[in-house]
Amino acid sequence: MTSRTVLPNGLTILVRENHSAPVAAFMIFYRVGSRNEVPGLTGVSHWVEHMLFKGTPRFPRGALDKAISRAGGIFNGMTSQDWTIYYETLPAERIGLAIEAEADRLANSLFDAAEFESERTVIIAEREGSENSFAYLLNEEVQAAAFQSHPYRHPVIGWKNDLYGMALDDLVRHYRAWYTPNNAVAVAVGDFDSAEMTEAIAGAFGPLPPGVTPSLPHLIEPEQHAERRVYVRGSDPTPYLEMAFHAPGARHPDFFALIALDAVLSGAKGLGIAGGGGTNRTSRLHMALVETKLAVDAATSYRPSLDPELFAFYVTPAPDVAMEAIEQVIWATLRGVQERGVTEAEVAKAIKQTRAQFAYSSDSVTTQAYWLGFAETVTSQEWMETWPDLLAAISPADVQRVACTYFSPDKQTTGWYLPKEDMDDESGLDDSLDEDGDIADDRAGVMS
Amino acid sequence: MSRVASWPGPEDTLRTQWRNGITVLARENRSAPVVVLDGVLPVGAVDDPADRVGLSSLVSSMLSRGSQHYAYDALNEAIESVGASLYFGGDVNSLSIGITCLSEDFPLLVSILADALRHPTFTQDQFGRVLQRRLVHLQERDQDTAAVASLRFYEAIYAGHPLGRAVSGFRESIMPITRDDVAAFHADRYGPAGAIFAVSGDIAPQTAADLLGAQLGDWSASPSPRTLPPVPHLARPVSLHVPIADKVQTDLVLGVQCVPRAHPDFYAVRVANTILGVFGMMGRLGEIVREQQGLAYYASSSQEAGSISGIWQATAGVNPASLAQARASILEEIARLASEPVSAEELADAQSYLTGVLPLALETNDGIASMLADCEWYGLGLDYLQRYRGLIESVTAEDVLRVAKRYLRPEAMAIVTAGDA
Repeated sequence: MTSRTVLPNGLTILVRENHSAPVAAFMIFYRVGSRNEVPGLTGVSHWVEHMLFKGTPRFPRGALDKAISRAGGIFNGMTSQDWTIYYETLPAERIGLAIEAEADRLANSLFDAAEFESERTVIIAEREGSENSFAYLLNEEVQAAAFQSHPYRHPVIGWKNDLYGMALDDLVRHYRAWYTPNNAVAVAVGDFDSAEMTEAIAGAFGPLPPGVTPSLPHLIEPEQHAERRVYVRGSDPTPYLEMAFHAPGARHPDFFALIALDAVLSGAKGLGIAGGGGTNRTSRLHMALVETKLAVDAATSYRPSLDPELFAFYVTPAPDVAMEAIEQVIWATLRGVQERGVTEAEVAKAIKQTRAQFAYSSDSVTTQAYWLGFAETVTSQEWMETWPDLLAAISPADVQRVACTYFSPDKQTTGWYLPKEDMDDESGLDDSLDEDGDIADDRAGVMS
Repeated sequence: MSRVASWPGPEDTLRTQWRNGITVLARENRSAPVVVLDGVLPVGAVDDPADRVGLSSLVSSMLSRGSQHYAYDALNEAIESVGASLYFGGDVNSLSIGITCLSEDFPLLVSILADALRHPTFTQDQFGRVLQRRLVHLQERDQDTAAVASLRFYEAIYAGHPLGRAVSGFRESIMPITRDDVAAFHADRYGPAGAIFAVSGDIAPQTAADLLGAQLGDWSASPSPRTLPPVPHLARPVSLHVPIADKVQTDLVLGVQCVPRAHPDFYAVRVANTILGVFGMMGRLGEIVREQQGLAYYASSSQEAGSISGIWQATAGVNPASLAQARASILEEIARLASEPVSAEELADAQSYLTGVLPLALETNDGIASMLADCEWYGLGLDYLQRYRGLIESVTAEDVLRVAKRYLRPEAMAIVTAGDA
């Protein structure tokens, strides 16, 4: 069903026909994201993504956006920790424009100095939109505390000071290093002939010379043995709690057991790539925190990644509920799985929900193109084809085992966002402050 | 060429109207073993009592919290065990309904939907929970600069008319609401007349209609008729800033009242708006405010056209230091659209985009069901998609100038910002 070709210059091409609608999606994945960044240059991958919309000699700035819109298409770019994607979805007969444009900007993006400087404030504005949310700020703090060395610790958009300090040369170096055909995967899904599509992509990308992909230093986060805590305070009156644990990447044997655990705890989310949907009121965390009126919202999150990432709990406490009480319930819920396991029915529900959510997204060529490219860059085609079987093979014993393996108090990074006024309330930090207002000494770890 | 014949139309879409006023539309799509239903009921925030704004929204939140044949726990288990979703969303003058499920589960979901609409139980316990959640969500909303700018904009542009209401209400308007208010609102306002259910997916159209008919065909409640005062126009322009502490970015909403869906100017406004803030990277606004001046990550415009009235607005998120310049730029582009005819190229580009992008909107079950429901809600007819290209291509540069001049008048404008205390 999916044809796979690798060109002499190293470009991987994945093509799948889909004749349900007269549309086609073309998507290119570059194996570069925030995990490829060093301190001082965080955010460079995302900025390079912005610059790829700033023109080439063939398509001056704005010309490509207009050409795609004129052709009745939509387009976008996205940067994550593991990859950078560009895609266009168009009426099927117009897809050639996307292929030409992506081959062109892989090699010929201009990196004009004035455009670079103008984009600095745009990206800072993008960041500042997120900074308006204390939930976002808390998440940034938890992420940075959970990861001591791995680049997953910094935000994809970059630290603000790095955005102020970035130089044009930094971007150009990054672009030349990572934007090569041998570091890319081109995907096409839609209403066309597979062989003709492969030929068109090969024709456009084939002449591009390969490059030498930089080797990354050893990116292994040291194992966490300390409880780490962060506290963010502000004038937003709604408190938030996040509790995170290191968890393996998508290719690890425990990945699907953790996906099942995530679903048992707070409902399935389509492997984290097909979107969640619907309610999760029968899930364990919801029952333990929301149905008991301790929280207004409660969820877990675990997404597939190249390197080990985080399995996180997110809770919005109900008014006047102490953060400590929320944490106790989270631990009681985890211990419930660790000590007494989960039921066959819960695992079966997790599997059914995940498969259903995948089915719901399968009528979009854009989403299908994303799965194919994601699989090639993060997992494998075989993984993409066999995941239903891999998930179906998960037993309650597997779920219990991973709950025991990855979750313990000394492996947590926990963050609280607290309204400033709560500093004097009992629901705040007072238990951990001594008479001088100093932090009590019986907890190791990071405070910020 | 796009296969126009494969778009929903009278030949392949079942449309049936029942005596109780419900309209059902259904179209087969066998590409995935999935069924999507998109429904609309003519009940919303405009029906709230003036001192209970947010009531209709609370009612819609309670529909999925227990009904005569599906108590809360049984309801959740039934839906979640099959990985389905049932959604109710309150809006200003309508209730949106959504089902997404695997084909084999559609009969079950229809049964649950009908029971939720016709016989919700509104227990005191669930009411208390929904109320508590709503109060926290309002608190969160009131910290969101984009949400606050938007709701204060609607309040201002409609000068106190119910169309300008915040659907979720405010703490002061929610707190007095009781469980009995919820039950009374449902009894008074919910009924089949004017309801629309559109289905797209792995099901024969007649089967979908029969399933819905078995559950909703004999629904015979008669809601009280809705009476709305005429929509006032602004006596003078409004400009207001809502300070919210600790905010790094300010959100800006500015706009005017504009045409309802059925108005002859609708298509001209659509084309004009595409030029102003959509085409390419957010149209002229994106080009000037973001690309040339680097003032914002987002700066765009949008057109809404409801059954009674419409809005034409521009929005942007900016650093407070850039606010004055961004606002001036946006107003300048609006004034330019209202004083200089657009070029032939810009006009053709916008028309090409609007007609060309239609297959993308119709690719998925969600897109198809939504389009069918809209066609019915606005009385566009099942042949709308076949007529669409002609409607867009009939718009001239003179039309664009005329509607820009007529609607984008500074004296009719509300400008609202939120953030930067």
